Amino acid sequence: MIPLTHFLALGAILFLIGAAGVLMRRNAIMILLSIELMLNSVNVTFVGFARQWADLTGQVFAIFIIAVAACEAAVGLAILISLNRDRQMVNVDEINLLKW
Amino acid sequence: MELLFFYIFAAGIVGASLLMVTRANVIHAALSLVLAFLFMAGLFVLAGAEFLAGVQILVYAGGIMVLYLFSIMLMNVGVSIRLRQWHRQSVLALAAALLLAAEIWMVLGRGGYPEARRWPWKLGETPGNVEALGQVLYTKFLFPFEVASMLLLAAMIGAIVLAKRRITR
Amino acid sequence: MGIVAEALIALVKIAVVLGVVSLVVAYLTYLERKIIAHIQMRLGPMRVGWHGLLQPIADGLKLFLKEDIIPDKADKIVFVIAPVMVLVPAFVVYSVLPFSQNFYITQINVGLFFILAVSSLGVFGIVMAGWASNSKYSLLGALRSAAQMLSYEIFLGFSLIGPLMLAGSLNLQRIVEAQGDVWFVFYQPLAFVVFFIASLAETNRVPFDLPEAETELVAGFHTEYSGMKFAFFFLAEYANIMVTTAVAVALFFGGWQGIDWIPLPGFVWYLLKMGVLIFVFIWLRATLPRYRYDQLMRLGWKFMFPLVMANIFLTGLVKYLFL
Repeated sequence: MIPLTHFLALGAILFLIGAAGVLMRRNAIMILLSIELMLNSVNVTFVGFARQWADLTGQVFAIFIIAVAACEAAVGLAILISLNRDRQMVNVDEINLLKW
Repeated sequence: MELLFFYIFAAGIVGASLLMVTRANVIHAALSLVLAFLFMAGLFVLAGAEFLAGVQILVYAGGIMVLYLFSIMLMNVGVSIRLRQWHRQSVLALAAALLLAAEIWMVLGRGGYPEARRWPWKLGETPGNVEALGQVLYTKFLFPFEVASMLLLAAMIGAIVLAKRRITR
Repeated sequence: MGIVAEALIALVKIAVVLGVVSLVVAYLTYLERKIIAHIQMRLGPMRVGWHGLLQPIADGLKLFLKEDIIPDKADKIVFVIAPVMVLVPAFVVYSVLPFSQNFYITQINVGLFFILAVSSLGVFGIVMAGWASNSKYSLLGALRSAAQMLSYEIFLGFSLIGPLMLAGSLNLQRIVEAQGDVWFVFYQPLAFVVFFIASLAETNRVPFDLPEAETELVAGFHTEYSGMKFAFFFLAEYANIMVTTAVAVALFFGGWQGIDWIPLPGFVWYLLKMGVLIFVFIWLRATLPRYRYDQLMRLGWKFMFPLVMANIFLTGLVKYLFL
């Protein structure tokens, strides 16, 4: 039997890696990929809890998270593609037209 | 035995995600993330969530990541490799992320959870995970299910409208 | 001791299945050339061995000894991994197919879902092959092929829901056993037709083989590949054909069950039925013209999608009202 803390520790480590990726990378697609990693770390935590208490609610939530991640990926990439039409590369510190 | 497989899968996931965050080439990063998802599907099977493992591979690895790969191909990878990859405030960012992880661990790792229970079915038996999940999803969680389908419709329309080339003149 | 013994038995079964599959895939290339030749009133390979039976070995040797060219600006890691990414999902699906009542590598209660999920990973290999070649023609061919595969994967999945509703389980062994009286192809002809057409598109076979047609200027996503890597793509196509026919036999044609008064072992019936379906695949290649890309997409989304939805609706209605 795998103790719950293992799943929680794995989730926390993945969340850390994802958050570091979001905060440290300049390329917008890398940021989106790191967000996907963070969503997956939450999935791992939910599945760990579901296994601990033999309650399917955790797995149902994980399915909904995957659905929401699909929506967010689609819309985020659409925004990036339409941004990429005018300028050639998408580094987030160069998207500053509204800056005062 | 289960613990051994957990460590293998966990090492695979963490290794692949570290690989992903540090790659300069975005395609390599996306492929490393696919590898991480495959290991994660294995982890889900270990935790008794077989249907979720299938959904992870089918939707996440086989759908969302293909979408990412298509979009990356539309952007100029050759140019973006030669630019500076890391933010100017990377050190501060890493410190903030470590602080966040420490907070998460402090809250979740405190313990005091109710004791563990086992699944009432065994892996591979029918009726098993899928039937039980179907029961719960369509009775207790019917409303969120319908709302999720509305959300997917809205996201689909939104993505098409956003990415459409504006035909001027 | 139990775990080690079980693991060893599983490894032996895997070795047997993989060995048989690889051999049959190699000879499938020969079989295709022979059958198409005879349909076209000519003889096919006749020189190498008696009636050309050693032709696959000659082909294999040739491809093995050819120079392995990697384009200069190609992405080397991805270029090398892409053929593997196309071949491996085809082989992994064999692990859940029940070849006989007692011979299967494993039996999981999400078997059908596993098959769908793993075969959706085949798109990666094609997209990566087209991208890593660093050539415009490869990329265009790969994107077309990937778009075709992604669309028809949806219809494949939906067409499998019909038999799933009738059998009541995702476990492939249960689905085969549920066909004890009548095969599902008689209860779900619409689902079978859609499944067959979708698997033609999934495996890039005629009439959906625009990405790799001979009359096209270049060979699509495997333009820049030579030698052993090209052999992998070649073998991957035939391996995919075998896998989709194996799944069709398990789901629609009763798997390892045969006619009771002919005493043949279960897996022989399975292979016979697979053989008939593979013959139909090859027959179609010799007979049909090719769909243009927009005709292909139109056929899929405007014709097959409503059809498969109607099938699911009708099956559900009949099952609710009468069963």
